[in-house]
Amino acid sequence: MISAFLFRAMDRKIVVAIAILVAVGIFIPVSSVFLPESSPLHVPTYIMQLFGKYLTYALLALALDLVWGFCGILSLGHAAFFALGGYAMGMYLMRQIGTRGVYGDPVLPDFMVFLNWKELPWFWYGFDMFWFAMIMVLLVPGLLAFVFGWFAFRSRVNGVYLSIITQAMTYALLLAFFRNDMGFGGNNGLTDFKDIMGYSVQADGTRGILFMLSAFMLALALLFSSAVVRSKYGKVLVGVRDAESRTRFLGYRVERIKLFIFTVSAMMAGIAGALYVPQVGIINPGEFAPANSIEVVIWTAVGGRGTLIGPIIGAILVNGGKSIFTAAWPDYWLFALGALFVGSTLFLPKGIVGTVQEFLAKRKEKSAAKAEQVAEDEAATAGEAA
Amino acid sequence: MATDMKHYKSNSMLYLDGVSVSFDGFKALNSLSFVVEPGELRAIIGPNGAGKTTMMDIITGKTRPDSGDVFFNGVIDLTKKDEADIAQLGIGRKFQKPTVFESHTVWDNLELALDRKRTVFGTLFYQLSGEDRDRIEDILETVRLTARKDDFAANLSHGQKQWLEIGMLLAQDPKLLLVDEPVAGMTDAETAETAILLRKIAETRSVVVVEHDMGFIRDLGVKVTCLAEGSVLAEGSIDFVSNDPAVIENYLGR
Repeated sequence: MISAFLFRAMDRKIVVAIAILVAVGIFIPVSSVFLPESSPLHVPTYIMQLFGKYLTYALLALALDLVWGFCGILSLGHAAFFALGGYAMGMYLMRQIGTRGVYGDPVLPDFMVFLNWKELPWFWYGFDMFWFAMIMVLLVPGLLAFVFGWFAFRSRVNGVYLSIITQAMTYALLLAFFRNDMGFGGNNGLTDFKDIMGYSVQADGTRGILFMLSAFMLALALLFSSAVVRSKYGKVLVGVRDAESRTRFLGYRVERIKLFIFTVSAMMAGIAGALYVPQVGIINPGEFAPANSIEVVIWTAVGGRGTLIGPIIGAILVNGGKSIFTAAWPDYWLFALGALFVGSTLFLPKGIVGTVQEFLAKRKEKSAAKAEQVAEDEAATAGEAA
Repeated sequence: MATDMKHYKSNSMLYLDGVSVSFDGFKALNSLSFVVEPGELRAIIGPNGAGKTTMMDIITGKTRPDSGDVFFNGVIDLTKKDEADIAQLGIGRKFQKPTVFESHTVWDNLELALDRKRTVFGTLFYQLSGEDRDRIEDILETVRLTARKDDFAANLSHGQKQWLEIGMLLAQDPKLLLVDEPVAGMTDAETAETAILLRKIAETRSVVVVEHDMGFIRDLGVKVTCLAEGSVLAEGSIDFVSNDPAVIENYLGR
């Protein structure tokens, strides 16, 4: 059953994309860590770090594509799930600091000592254990998405109304995490991490492993997503997107169909956040900013929604552009981003991958028609000759 | 009226008694009562705003009535169920505007409609069995779309979309089919073929057809119910109903 499920995922494009991700995931860390700096194939650490970040963004965009591209749920709050996964990882990393903090408290993170707290709050228990933190990376975003989706989908909140309440959700979390007495470090967030599973987060080797994990996790998520969208369930998702009432009158429980994909997608976003935090070294409430979630939508739209590979390409291209643009003209990035969104909506409504696919399909159709024409002509001449 | 109708309830396919519903003070249905027998093909006519679509909404669970009884198979109270439940019980609905999954192929449209497990995990691990393949191929024959099975539904003509939707209802294997204006926008030839198709479908299940096209109703040659202002105006053969003075005044005469 499972093997058939995964076998179905093996579309040629997906296999190629996974092969590229695995190759990149091995080659870049190896060249960065083991090749001498003089080698032309050497990848500088900061480049690897930058692309590691892009890969986690790509995973976030892929998660959004599952709900938006395939099921038509335009979530404008997906960065919230990403940030929650990031906070769960950040809490683990904070507990690993131990006595090396500024105040040297063996249990309490620095910001709690600074706030004069005497005891660790209950919700920080267990985060000193890696496995527990990893469960929380999945559980916290998954649970929030489940509860949120349960109410929203059961009450049939749809379209722009759903988008607005997802924005409200991430904004509410932003305000909550800004408060010092929430116990998540207030507006400074969590930072000054020392090590992860006993290895220094600053070490080149650790950075290499984190990059590799990001690439492999993205490949795995792509394989999983492909299996999901190519199953009958995936066809139901598209059915919900295109004709929700038809799906309902065929006997499908649309609210459950949506709830499952929304929860799974939030968990993928959580994993992306957990991989992001150790690579950038900080998580703060700014990650909940509504604009962040909107950016994810732009990456997905530019790459091509409903294509799985498109959002990955979109996330890497737009963020690469952002890195270059903000270095050269820091004040104008938001204008460029806005222009990109308007431009892609007007001129590339299907995104990069969608447009390429359409072009290839048309060419194939044309050559098929031509071949048919040739065959007909030949038949005609053969008939005449006879 | 109500006491007379209780007698019919136990062996009816669909039973509506005294169903009323209003929207913002407008009475869309006003104590509507009628009965459809098992295996019956019934046509429903009436002017715009007579409550035909509201009646379908109530039977399929989209709208809840303010008062009245709606029973399926004599025992199942439909006012307590939602759309997915009612569809799984065996009531299929065709919309006025053909509603198919445009970005799926004709084949996938039918595969999705097939009465198999409709849960998340049931669909996630679904594999097309030989039996299901035969069913889909049969339905493709019935609705004459075999040649187009790999085309996207978006590329079908209007009439073909209507047929595909009827095919999807067949795949659901319902006991009762509600069909809203199946021949709207069809050519005369397509209309005649649709009448043949519906009569064939009605051999094994109950069908309720809402239609404006009087020629089509005549082709069907079945019992007709005329609705006006949310209740039944007249019921009987097409000749009987079309000669009823109230019907002429309310509907045909306009």
